[in-house]
Amino acid sequence: MLEKALKGSLLYKGWMAFLLLLIGVGVLCYGQQYQYGLGYTGMSRDVSWGLYISQFTFLVGVAAGGLMLVLPYYIHDYKAFGRITILGEFMAIGAVAMCLMFILADLGQPIRALNVMLHPTPNSMLFWDMIVLNVYLILNVLCGWVVLHSHYKGVKYPKWIKPFIYLSIPWAISIHTVTAFLYCGLPGRHFWLTAILAPRFLASAFAAGPSLLMIIAMVLKRTTKFDIGRTAQDKLVTIIGYAAMLNFFFVACEVFVAYYSNLPGHMHTLDYLFFGLEHDGHVYNNLVPFMRFSMAAGLIAIPLLFLSRAKQCDGMLVAACALLFVSLWIDKGLGLVLGGFVPNMMNQVTEYYPSLGEICITIGVWSAGFFILSLLYKIAITVTLENEA
Amino acid sequence: MDSNRRKFLKLAGLGAIAGVAAPSAFNSLLKGEAIASSGGHAESAGHGGHAAAAPTGKQYGLVIDVKQFADTPGLGEHCIRACHSLHNVPDFGNKKDEIKWIWIEKYENAFPEHSNYKRNADLHKMPIVTLCNHCSKPPCVRACPTKATFKNKDGIVMMDFHRCIGCRFCMAACPYGARSFNWRDPRGKNEIGKPFISRINPDFPTRTRGVVEKCNFCSERLAKGLQPACVEAAGGAMIFGDLNDPGSEINKVLSEKFTIQRKPSLGTNPSLFYIL
Amino acid sequence: MPMYDMNKILPGLIIFAGLMTFPIWYNSGNAGAVPKPEKPTNAKECVRPTDYMRTSHMVLLNEYRDAVVRDGERGAIKDAGGVEYDEKSLMLGCMKCHVSAKKFCDECHTYAAVKPYCWECHIQPKETN
Repeated sequence: MLEKALKGSLLYKGWMAFLLLLIGVGVLCYGQQYQYGLGYTGMSRDVSWGLYISQFTFLVGVAAGGLMLVLPYYIHDYKAFGRITILGEFMAIGAVAMCLMFILADLGQPIRALNVMLHPTPNSMLFWDMIVLNVYLILNVLCGWVVLHSHYKGVKYPKWIKPFIYLSIPWAISIHTVTAFLYCGLPGRHFWLTAILAPRFLASAFAAGPSLLMIIAMVLKRTTKFDIGRTAQDKLVTIIGYAAMLNFFFVACEVFVAYYSNLPGHMHTLDYLFFGLEHDGHVYNNLVPFMRFSMAAGLIAIPLLFLSRAKQCDGMLVAACALLFVSLWIDKGLGLVLGGFVPNMMNQVTEYYPSLGEICITIGVWSAGFFILSLLYKIAITVTLENEA
Repeated sequence: MDSNRRKFLKLAGLGAIAGVAAPSAFNSLLKGEAIASSGGHAESAGHGGHAAAAPTGKQYGLVIDVKQFADTPGLGEHCIRACHSLHNVPDFGNKKDEIKWIWIEKYENAFPEHSNYKRNADLHKMPIVTLCNHCSKPPCVRACPTKATFKNKDGIVMMDFHRCIGCRFCMAACPYGARSFNWRDPRGKNEIGKPFISRINPDFPTRTRGVVEKCNFCSERLAKGLQPACVEAAGGAMIFGDLNDPGSEINKVLSEKFTIQRKPSLGTNPSLFYIL
Repeated sequence: MPMYDMNKILPGLIIFAGLMTFPIWYNSGNAGAVPKPEKPTNAKECVRPTDYMRTSHMVLLNEYRDAVVRDGERGAIKDAGGVEYDEKSLMLGCMKCHVSAKKFCDECHTYAAVKPYCWECHIQPKETN
C-alpha cells in the first residue's frame, strides 16, 4: 500500500517538496536551538512556556477531534461517514505526531526525555499525558492501517480490530482531558484553575478537528475525484456548529465568573487578553488584537457555517471552517497558554514575543505533521478511488 | 539507595503503567503528593489551609524579620551575594534569561493577596526577601514528571539536576515564582567577554543549560552543620530551624511573634514566615 | 525466480559493505596506544578494588550521586583497605586524589570514545602543568 504515496500528480509532488523545504528550515533552526539552549526562543523566566507548548495543546485537540469523525460510523453505524472515518483516524496520527515533536522541541534536555519512563511518576499529569498520547498514536496507526488495508484487499475489516476501535473513542476524550489537567491542577494560576477547562478543551477540539478535516475534504474535492459526499458534509456542519457553540458558551461562563465575582486574580488574565493590562504605568496588550479577532471570527463563523449548508455553497463552507479554525487556534494555540503566565506570580507583567527561529521551528513541525498527513491521505484516497473504479 | 531498591522502584513504576499498581497510583493522586514527600507542618495554613498533617520527620523553615532588613540598607543584597556566589548562580544582565535563588520583592508583589488599599507608607518601601518556600505540600513536586524535584528527608524541596528534562512544568506550578531555568549556557560569556559567573566557586557545581534550578536551603552546608548562607549573612534577621521540632528556636519565635506567609490560601504550607 | 539488475545491485552491495566495515579493517591489528591513567600519589587504594573501579566506576558514581542528592547521605566512606574518605563527591572526593581530569579521566574516555557530561556542571580541578 505504501507505494501509493510515491506516485502522484505534479501538484502532489510540488506540495510535498514545499513541505520538505519548510521542514528543512525547521530542522536547521532546531539545530541552532539545540546548540544555544531554549534561550533561542522568546520564552523567559516569567513566560516559561511559549509557542511550542501552546501548539501542542491545540494539536492534542485536533487529534481528539478525530473522534467526532470516527464515532458516528463505528458506534452508530452511520454509513455516510464511511469515507471520512479513515481521514479522521489519519488526521489524529498527524496531529499526535506534531504534539510529540512540539514536546521534544520544548524540552531543555531532549536527550533525557525517556527519564519520564525510567522514573515513572504517577502524581505528575505530564507522565499520564505521555502515556495517553503515545497509546492514542498507536491505536490510530493500528486501526487506520488495518481498516484501510482490508479496504485495499476488498474485504471487511477483521473482527479483532473492533475492540481497539472502541477503545480509541474514550481514549480520544482522555488525551484532551489529561492535557487540560496539566493546566487546571496548578494552584497559583487563576486563569487555568477552572473545572470547565477540560470540557472547554473538548468542545473546541470537536469544532477545530472536524473544521480542518472539512477544509481538507473540500480541497480534495476540487483537486481529486475524492468526494466525501453531501450527506457527510451536511452532518459535519452540524457537529462543528454545535461544538463551536458549546465552546463559546463555556468561554462566556468563564467571563461571567471572572467579572461578576470581581475577583482580581480571575479578571487579570482576561483583562490582559481582551483589553490590555496596566502595570507600572504601562499597558501590556500584545495579544488583544489576536484575541478580539478570534472572538469575532468564531462568532461570525457559526452562522456562516449553517448558512453555507442552507445555500449548499462549498466556498462559504470553507470560509466558515477556516474562520473557525483560526479562531480556535488563536484562542487555544496562543491565548490560553500565553495568557496563563500574565500576570506572573508576583502580579508583574512580562510579555512574550516568539523569536524568528522559534517561529521557523514551529512552522517546521506543522509542515512535518502535514507531510505525514498528506502521505497517509494520498494512500487512503488512492486506495478508495481504485477500489471503486 | 542501593541499586536493587532502585531497580525495584523502576519495576514498581512500570507496574503502575500497566495498571497493576493503579490503586496505589490513584491513592497518591488523591493525596496529591509524591510518595517520597515527608513534610507536614504543625500549623494550619491561613484561612484556606487544611488541618495540618501530623509532623513526620524534619521540615526546615525560615523566619524573616523584614523590619531588620528595612533598617539595615544593603543587608538583603548582602544575603543575595552570599547565596549566589556560593552556588555559582549566573548573572546574565537581562530579565529574559534571569536566574535567581533569592531576591528582593516589593511588599505588594510578594503578598499580592494582601490588601494594598490604604497601606502603611513604610510597608511600601520594605524589602521583602524571597526565596523558595520549601512548601510541605509543594505543587512543583506534584507536577514534575521525573521526580527530578522532590522533598528530601529534611523537608527541603530539592532539585536533581542530573535528572531534570527541562519541561518547566514545575515553573508553571510554583505559585511563588521561585524557579529559574537555564535558557542558555551559564558558563558562557556575554558579548564583551564577561563570564556570566564572575568567579566560580570550585566547591559547588554550576548547572548546564536546559535544567531548572532554585534555592536548595544550602543542603550542602546543613550536612556540615552550618546554617544556610543567607541566614549566616543576615546576622539575626533570619532565623532558621526545624519547624517540626517543638523546642527549636524558630518555633519559639513563631509562637511569640505575628508572622505571615505568602499565599497561604493555596494550601501549599510554605515554610517561610515573615515578621513585618 | 530471476533477479533483475544484478549487475548494479551486487557491486552496490559490495561497496556498501566495504564502506561500513572500513574502520574495522583500517585499524586491524592495531589497538592504538593503550591509555595510561595517572595514579594518585597520596593514596594506595581507592574506595573499591581497582578492577571494579575500572569497569564500574560509573555505576558507583551514580549510586553516590543518588545517595547524596536524593537521600542526603553524603557521609564518610571507607575503602577496601580501611582508609576513610570525607565525602561522597566527585569534586570534593574523587578529584582530591585523582587531581587531573586530563591525565586520569580523559585518558581512558578518549580511548574508549565516551563523552560523559560530568564536567558540564561539576568543576574540574585546576590542571597544575
